[in-house]
Amino acid sequence: MELRINQKAYQVDAEADTPLLWVIRDNLGMTGTKYGCGLAQCGACSVLVDGNVVRACVTPVAGVVGREITTIEAVEADDVGKRVVAAWVEHQVAQCGYCQSGQVMAATALLKHTPAPTKAQIDAAMVNLCRCGTYNAIHAAMDALAAGKETA
Amino acid sequence: MNTNEIIPGVTLGEPINLSRRRFLASTAVGALVIGFGLPLGTSRVQAATGAAAERGTQVPAFLEIRPDGSVRLLSPFMEGGQGTHTAMAQIVGEELDADPATFIVEAAPPGEAYVVMENGLRITGGSMSVRMSYPTMRRLGALARAMLMQAGAEQLRVPLSELTTQPGRVVHAASGRSLGYGELAGAALDMPVPDPASITLRDPSQFRWIGKPVKRLDAYDKSTGKAQYTIDLKIDGMLHAAVQHAPRLGMTVGSLRNQAQVQAMKGVHSVHTLPGAVAVVAERWWHAKRAVEAIQVEWLEAAADSTVRAMPADFSSDKYRDFLAAQQGPARDDENEGDVAGALASAKTRVEATYHNQYLNHAQLEPPSALARFNPDGTLEVWLPNQAPDMFRADIAKRTGLSTEQITLHSPLLGGFFGRHFLYDSANPYPQAIALAKAVGRPIKLIWSREEEFVRDVLRPVAVVKFRAALDDKGLPVAIEAVSATEGPTEAIAGKQGDAIDPTALEGLSGKSYAIPNKRIAQIYVKGPAMLGYWRSVGNSLNDFFYEAFLDELADKGGHDPYELRLHLLRDNPRLTTLLQAAAELSGGWKRGPYTAEDGTRRARGVAMASPFGSHAAVVAEVSIENGQVKVHHIWEAIDPGSIVNPAIVEAQVNGAVALGLSQTLLEEAVYVDGKPRARNYDLYPVLPPSRMAQVHVKIVESGEKMGGIGEPPLPAVAPAVANAVAQLTGQRIRSLPLNRYTFS
Repeated sequence: MELRINQKAYQVDAEADTPLLWVIRDNLGMTGTKYGCGLAQCGACSVLVDGNVVRACVTPVAGVVGREITTIEAVEADDVGKRVVAAWVEHQVAQCGYCQSGQVMAATALLKHTPAPTKAQIDAAMVNLCRCGTYNAIHAAMDALAAGKETA
Repeated sequence: MNTNEIIPGVTLGEPINLSRRRFLASTAVGALVIGFGLPLGTSRVQAATGAAAERGTQVPAFLEIRPDGSVRLLSPFMEGGQGTHTAMAQIVGEELDADPATFIVEAAPPGEAYVVMENGLRITGGSMSVRMSYPTMRRLGALARAMLMQAGAEQLRVPLSELTTQPGRVVHAASGRSLGYGELAGAALDMPVPDPASITLRDPSQFRWIGKPVKRLDAYDKSTGKAQYTIDLKIDGMLHAAVQHAPRLGMTVGSLRNQAQVQAMKGVHSVHTLPGAVAVVAERWWHAKRAVEAIQVEWLEAAADSTVRAMPADFSSDKYRDFLAAQQGPARDDENEGDVAGALASAKTRVEATYHNQYLNHAQLEPPSALARFNPDGTLEVWLPNQAPDMFRADIAKRTGLSTEQITLHSPLLGGFFGRHFLYDSANPYPQAIALAKAVGRPIKLIWSREEEFVRDVLRPVAVVKFRAALDDKGLPVAIEAVSATEGPTEAIAGKQGDAIDPTALEGLSGKSYAIPNKRIAQIYVKGPAMLGYWRSVGNSLNDFFYEAFLDELADKGGHDPYELRLHLLRDNPRLTTLLQAAAELSGGWKRGPYTAEDGTRRARGVAMASPFGSHAAVVAEVSIENGQVKVHHIWEAIDPGSIVNPAIVEAQVNGAVALGLSQTLLEEAVYVDGKPRARNYDLYPVLPPSRMAQVHVKIVESGEKMGGIGEPPLPAVAPAVANAVAQLTGQRIRSLPLNRYTFS
C-alpha cells in the first residue's frame, strides 16, 4: 500500500491491521515516534493524520492510506510546529524526552486548529503522560504559544 | 540511599580493587574508536595512565576537541532526564574554559578510567553523579586546559606564563595572537597529563557556567524526535525479538502447544524457549510480538531449586500487608538512643499508630530493550539501558563466559529510569537478547512490550510500621519508636547480609534530625515473595511518609501546631530551621487552615521534611477535596543541596520528583492477586496525569554545606505534606497510601 508521510509517498509492505506506529518505526525507520504502551494510554506515539492528532499505536495502517500523515521528523517543516519546538526548547521542557515527540505533536495539532487556546482547551488537548513530570513546563510553553509570544 | 551500601556487595567508603576487575583503559578507548571512528590513539591514554594514577586524570579518555572547537565529552554518568550530561559540560567547561554549549556529551564505555566517584564507584544513581565527582570533573577540565596551554606555548613559541585562555582559545595577550582549542587539540592530547597537584582550580566567585541556568544540551534533539534511545537503534542484519514471560517468576516452559502454527505466522523467523520465557524472532517487531503472544505455553511451577525468587500462586499484596502487620519480631535496632521503654512507661500521654504503603512499578515511558551482536571474531557488542555499565558488563561476562575485554557495552540515553535500570537478575532483557543473537547468528533487538515489562519489573518495597511515642506534660514528644516489618531492596537483591541492617530498608525512619531524646528505629526483616528494586528516593519514598505523618499525629495529640512543633524540635539545627522557614515563606507564610480559597473551595495545608541523599527538603502542600478525591493545588518546596551546578535543572528535578511523589500519594499502586500483577499496562496502573499535577514553587537554599543530591531528595516529603494537609482538612488520619483507597466527602 502507499502511504503519504511528511509530504512524501512510501510504498509499504504491511498487513492492513498493522499499527501505523510500527510501520513508521520499523518499515520506514523513522524512530522519533515512540512506543510507550500500545494501548493508546500514554500518547508517546502521537502523530498527525490530516492535521488531527492520533495515537499511532492503535491506528491500523490501512485506515490512513490516502491521508496526509505528519510525524515528529517533519514537525519543523510546519510553521506552527516550528514555533512549538522553539517554545519547548525555550522553556526547557524535556527531561528524559521519551514522551516529548508525542507532546510536541499534540501541541502542534491543538495550535493548528486553535491558535489561541484557552486554559481549558489546553488541558483538554494536552493529556499525554510524562513520567518525568514535565507537565508544568509543558503548560508554561503552551501558555506562551497561546499568547502568541515568539520565542528566540 | 544515604547509606553504606547502595549496590549489593559494594560498600561505600571502601575503594574497589580496580585491578581485580581488569577494566583496562585501553579497552575503553578501543570501544571509543570503534564507536565513533575517530583515531583517538590508545597510546595517549596509556601514557596518561603512567603519568597520574589518580581518578579522572586520563584526559584523552574523556575529551576530544574537534577542529571546529567543539568538545566531545565522555560522561561517566548516564543521561536519563536528570540533566547530568549538561551538568558535566558545565563543570568540565568551567575549568577547561569552554562554553558548555560547545559540548557534545555521550555516555562513556565501561572501564577503570571512568570510575570517578569519590566512593570508588561509577554508577548513575543515589543522586550521586554530580556530588560525588564534582572536584574530579573540575580537575579534569583544568588538566585539559593546562595541556592546551602547554601546546599553545610550544606552537606560539612563548613562555607558558604569558598565556591565558578565553572560552575555546589560548591567548597570548602581549602579541595579540591566539589559537583555538581545535587547532591545538591534536598536539595537546599527546602531552603528558600534568601533575594534578600542580593544578589550580578557578575561584568560585569567577564561575561563568557553574551555578547558572545553562540550557540543557539535549533540549532540541528531545523536542524533535532526534534523540535516540536503545529502543530506537538499528544495525545491519538485525532481527527483532519479542517475548512472553511466565505469568509468575520462577515458572518454566513445559511445552509449546502450537509451535508449528506460530512458526508459520507471517514474518516469523524462529521460535525459542528461554528461562522463564518464550521468544519469537522476526523481521519486524510487530510480527514477533503478535506471534509470541499467540504461543500457547504450558507453564510449569517453579522447581524447588529455582535460582530466582519464585512467585507463589496465592500471593496477594493485600493479604501480604496483613501478614507483615502480624509479624512480632525479632526486630533489630538501627537507632537506639536514650531509654525509649522507660520514657513510654512513664509518659503522660502515649500515642500509637500503624502505617503501611503500597508496591510500586517504575513505569518509565521507554519499555526496556536490548540490542546484541556477536562479531565474527567472537566478541560481543551490546546496547542497553543501564545505570552501572561496569556491573552490567561483568554480568554479561559471567553469563556468556566471555572476558570483559571481549564485550563492548554501549549506554544510550535512558527514556526515564527512576531506579529501573540497575542490575536486576530477572528484570533486564539483555540476557535474552544475547541468547537469541547467539541462537540465530544475527544481531537481535529485543523489546519488552509494556505488558511484559509490567510482569517482570521489580517493585518498590512495602512496609508495615508500628509507631509508639511518648509526650510530656507540655505535649512535646520525648520518645519515639518505629518498628518496620519489611525487606529492603538491597537485601532483596543481594540476600540478607547476616545481622546487618539494610540501610535502604529504614532510611527516612532512621536519620531524622528532630531533637527527641529517646528513640528507637528497628526492622523486623521479612523476606517477601516479590522481586524488589530501587525506586526514586528508595527507602525514603515510604519511610519519610510514615515518620512525618506520625509526627503530625503527635503534634495534634500534644496540642501543637505541626509547623511550630517541627521548628521546636529543630531549634538547635540552624540549617533545617532556615530551610523549614524558607518553605513556609515561599508559601506566603505558614497557614494550616482549613480556610476557604478565593474560588470557594475549602483547603488546608500540610508540612513535612526529609533529608535524603545528602540534601534536605521541606514541603508545604495545599489540598482540597474535589468529587471525593484529593486535589493538590500547590506544592511549595525548599531544598538545600549545599551548593548547586544548575538552578534550572534543579527546579526541573524538583518538579519531576513532586510529580512522582504525587503519583504515589494519590493513585499509584501495584496490586498482586493470585501471584500476578493486576495491571500490565497504564490502563490499570495509572501514573499521574497532567490533570492531577500541582503547581510547584521551588526555593533553592544554598547553605554552602557539602554538596548533596538533586534527583531524589525533593520526592520523599511530598507524600507526608499532602497526607498531613488532607488529615487537617478532613479530620481523617492518613496512615497508608495511595489516597484513592480512601473515601472523602
